[in-house]
Amino acid sequence: MDGDLITMNDLSNEEILSLLDDAERLLPVAHGAEYLPLLQGRLLANMFFEPSTRTRMSFETAMKRLGGDVVNLGDVNTSSAVKGETLYDTMRMVDGYCDMAALRHPRQGAAQYAADACSIPIMNGGDGAGHHPTQTLLDLFTIRQAHGRLEGLKVALVGDLRYGRTVHSLSHALARFDCELLFISPAQLAMPDEIVDDLTGQGAKISMTEDLIGAIPDVDVVYMTRIQKERFPDEDEYAKVAGIYRLCAADLAGVKGDMIIMHPLPRVEEIHPDVDSTRHARYFEQAFNGVVTRMALMCRLLGVSVPGGEV
Amino acid sequence: MSEMRRVTAINNGTVIDHIPAGAALGVLRMLGIGGERASPISLVMNVPSSKYGRKDIIKVEDRELTQPELDRLALIAPHASVAIIRSYAVAEKREVSLGAEMVNIARCTFSNCITTNPREPQDHRLKVVAADPLELRCRYCGRPQDMAELVDNLL
Repeated sequence: MDGDLITMNDLSNEEILSLLDDAERLLPVAHGAEYLPLLQGRLLANMFFEPSTRTRMSFETAMKRLGGDVVNLGDVNTSSAVKGETLYDTMRMVDGYCDMAALRHPRQGAAQYAADACSIPIMNGGDGAGHHPTQTLLDLFTIRQAHGRLEGLKVALVGDLRYGRTVHSLSHALARFDCELLFISPAQLAMPDEIVDDLTGQGAKISMTEDLIGAIPDVDVVYMTRIQKERFPDEDEYAKVAGIYRLCAADLAGVKGDMIIMHPLPRVEEIHPDVDSTRHARYFEQAFNGVVTRMALMCRLLGVSVPGGEV
Repeated sequence: MSEMRRVTAINNGTVIDHIPAGAALGVLRMLGIGGERASPISLVMNVPSSKYGRKDIIKVEDRELTQPELDRLALIAPHASVAIIRSYAVAEKREVSLGAEMVNIARCTFSNCITTNPREPQDHRLKVVAADPLELRCRYCGRPQDMAELVDNLL
C-alpha cells in the first residue's frame, strides 16, 4: 500500500490478511472494552460529498475509539462545493487541516484525484459507481470471521450487480483468494461484461443464474444487495425487478449450517426481518466490522503499529 | 513515382509519413495546424503503402515538430515516422513514442469521471494498458476509453 487506499489493487493479499489480523486484535477496543489511544492527537477529515450513514459514522467511531478526533465536511449543500469550489481546492485545504481523509464523492475517480492533490493519506469511501475498498475490507473480515478462512469459498452475490460498487470491489478481492463466485441477478442488473472479463482473465470460477432459492443450498456466503431505485431511468423499469429477491427464514431450510447472509445495508425488502434471528444473519456484525477494519487501516496508513502486530 | 514525390520536396520543415489512411486531417487537428498558417502544408491521402496497404503523408513547411508534439499522435497514428528536413535533406528521424501515460492529450470519455468538470485543474492522465491495438484507461476513474469518442475529446 502506497500511502492511500483507492482500490483493492492498492493492497497485496498479504497486506489484506495482515490488516484483518490487526483488526481482530482491535476488537476489544472497538467494543469499548479497552481504551487504546493509538491515534491520540491525530485528526481525520470526513469528506462526504454524498449521503452516507454507516461509512461516515464508522470512520468517525473508529478514529474516536483510538483516541483521535474527526472534522466533518458537513452538509454538502451548505459547504463550499455548492458555491462551485473544485474538489482540488477543497482537498488542498483539508491537506493542511488534517492528518488523513476519508472521501465519498458522486464522481468516479474522485478519490484518486484527491490523492494526487494531497500529501495526507486518502481513503476511498466510495466514488460514484467506482470502488469502495473499505467496504470490501470489512466484508472480507466478516467472511473470515465466520469461516476461518477466505480461500476456496463459494460466494453468491445477489441483486444489483450492475451498479453496485460494493459487489464489484468484493468480486475482485474474492477472486484473488480463489473463491468461486455465483452471480445472481435479473438480466438488466447483471455484472458488467468488463468486470466479468477481468475476473475470468484472473482465472476466477464464475457462474450466473437468476434463481436465488435454487442456488443457495451449496454456497458458503450469500451477499444480498439492494436494488437501487435511484439508478433506474424510469419507474416502470424499476417496478419490473424491484421485489425480485426476497429472502425469508423459510427459504433457509436446505442451506449449509455455517452459511452466512451478508448485506452492505441499507436493506429494503430483500431480507425479511425474520432472517435476523437465524444463525445465518451477519449483516449487523458486518456493519460493526466496519469500525474495526477502519481502525486497522487508519493505524496502517499513519504508520502506527497495532500492539501484537507488525507494520 | 515515389509516393513522397506526389507533392514538392520541402526546404525546411517536417514530413510525417505512415499515417493510417484517412487520419491525416485528424493529425493536423491534433497538432493544432490549421489553414491560417503563413507557410504551406501539403497533404496526400490514400496513397499505396507496402507496409500498410494505404497511408497518408503530411509535409509541414518551416516548422520542426517537437517530440512532445509528436507523441500526441500515438492516439491516431502510432506507427507514423517523422523526418525533420533542413535544406532539402533529412536532418533527423523521429518516431512517435508511446509512454506509460498520455498526459493532457485527451479528456476521459466517461461522463461521470471527476475530470469532466472543466474547472478541475490537475492533468488529464490516461494510462496505456496495451500498445497495439491501443488501449487506454483513465488514471482516475479507471474506465477503458472509447477510442472513437476519445478523438473528440482532444485537448
